Amino acid sequence: MKVLVAVKRAIDPNVKVRVKADGSDVELNGVKMALNPFCEIAVEEAIRLKEKGLASEVVVVSVGTPAAQEQLRTALALGADRALLVETSAVLEPLNVAKYLSKVIDQEKPQLILFGKQAIDQENNQVGQMVAQLIGCGQATYASAVNHVDGQWVVEREVDGGSQVVALTVPAVVTCDLRLNQPRYASLPNIMKAKKKPLEIIAADTLGASVKEHARLLGVVPPQVRKAGITVASVTELVDKLKNVAGLI
Amino acid sequence: MTILVIAEHDNKALAPATLNTVAAAAKIGGDVHVLVAGQGAGAVAEAAAKIAGVSKVLNADNAAYAHQLPENVAPLVAELGKGYSHILAAATSNGKNILPRVAAALDVDQISEIISVESADTFKRPIYAGNAIATVQSTASVKVITVRATGFDPVAAEGGSAAIEAVGAAHDAGISSFVNEELAKSDRPELTAAKIVVSGGRGMQNGDNFKHLYALADKLGAAVGASRAAVDAGFVPNDMQVGQTGKIVAPQLYIAVGISGAIQHLAGMKDSKVIVAINKDEEAPIFQVADYGLVADLFEAVPELEKLV
Repeated sequence: MKVLVAVKRAIDPNVKVRVKADGSDVELNGVKMALNPFCEIAVEEAIRLKEKGLASEVVVVSVGTPAAQEQLRTALALGADRALLVETSAVLEPLNVAKYLSKVIDQEKPQLILFGKQAIDQENNQVGQMVAQLIGCGQATYASAVNHVDGQWVVEREVDGGSQVVALTVPAVVTCDLRLNQPRYASLPNIMKAKKKPLEIIAADTLGASVKEHARLLGVVPPQVRKAGITVASVTELVDKLKNVAGLI
Repeated sequence: MTILVIAEHDNKALAPATLNTVAAAAKIGGDVHVLVAGQGAGAVAEAAAKIAGVSKVLNADNAAYAHQLPENVAPLVAELGKGYSHILAAATSNGKNILPRVAAALDVDQISEIISVESADTFKRPIYAGNAIATVQSTASVKVITVRATGFDPVAAEGGSAAIEAVGAAHDAGISSFVNEELAKSDRPELTAAKIVVSGGRGMQNGDNFKHLYALADKLGAAVGASRAAVDAGFVPNDMQVGQTGKIVAPQLYIAVGISGAIQHLAGMKDSKVIVAINKDEEAPIFQVADYGLVADLFEAVPELEKLV
């Protein structure tokens, strides 16, 4: 069966972000970009399904600028078979991304669609759920284990109080949480091989998705800076501060 | 303007996060209705009717909604939601699971995890692990929003007397089913609602050593949390994780023990009123956000702290 993995080019998680001086957005010029960490987990899971003999083909897809080819090549180096880039330079809202992806899914007809649970830049945590709704299939968000049992996807999910298991008919959308797996590193030979793997570029406006603007970013500010604290010398002093200065205990 | 708030519950009790969500609705202004979708959740509907400021409770009681499966609940919310100006849910794992499906069904975008209401269409929300705060204006016909509980003081759970109206609509998509769940049991306050949180990190060395934190927490009436490192090392279950990928807390007092203070962890707790850090590494980044820092061996400091409080 075919597994489709949606991936996003996002800021490297180790970069300390800065807000632009004019407050219009965060500064992304010259900033190191990477495969969103949750997408890495999704790619890893797809490859493991292939290694288990469950998946026959792993297709990775991204929506964005030509620069996202770099992250698609990373996914190919990790073991994906081919890549698709839905190319657009537009500022992308989750619903528009979901609409483009649904069109790709209509064409590709995968039996499992994997996402990261959220991207670490906009932190929306929406696209997987929206795609599931648009293509009318079941979803399992925050997955910590993915199994195929009796023709269904049986997924363990991380929920607020603990964990939950749901079963979904095929095809299904699964969004991956941190504990699902430990992504592998791409080896140098695989990075070289990835350069020869197919990467198809699709112009976004040829997909026939009805995209529109629903929200406007008015500005971005840095978070409030906490006032510098003090170092206490002993537990006694700490308790004294908490009791008599902060009045908390 | 009428706002629909999706109640967070387990069919037995209304979760406190609902009160924070109603508070956000009150800031937007207008009538507030609460939807209780579940099975045999009459007590939840009654509790929702008592919330201050709620004018109507919609009780959708159906086996299809028993486990809040998004495939079944989202069509219900989308159908009811068409008549509302805003649809709000708490940014809990449930709310975040269901609401984007509702937004897609209504062909509108969603604004995730707002921390403040600027006006009826403009909201603030953290992005980039809380390292930037974005102001976003929604141009959608129905504004679909998840609310970060720590951004809003809860409204009173008592004082309201809303009418409860049964909703007959049954949506069973038949594409998903609940298998089972395992919930961690704890007598301590819930992490996201606790006034004091004591958290342990990799410095705790093993799960057994968390007993020192439990003893301290019990004396303080606190909840116990953990960093991702402590969860990944298997010291404690993952529902205790505080951080960007875990729970977001903002208690009055947050005591970080043996936690270095990675960006990921800070995103989950840096809005706490007072932060205390106990760490033997004086260079640990946690000291940059701590109001009171103690450079000490936690295995000596924590038992001593427990004795003194």
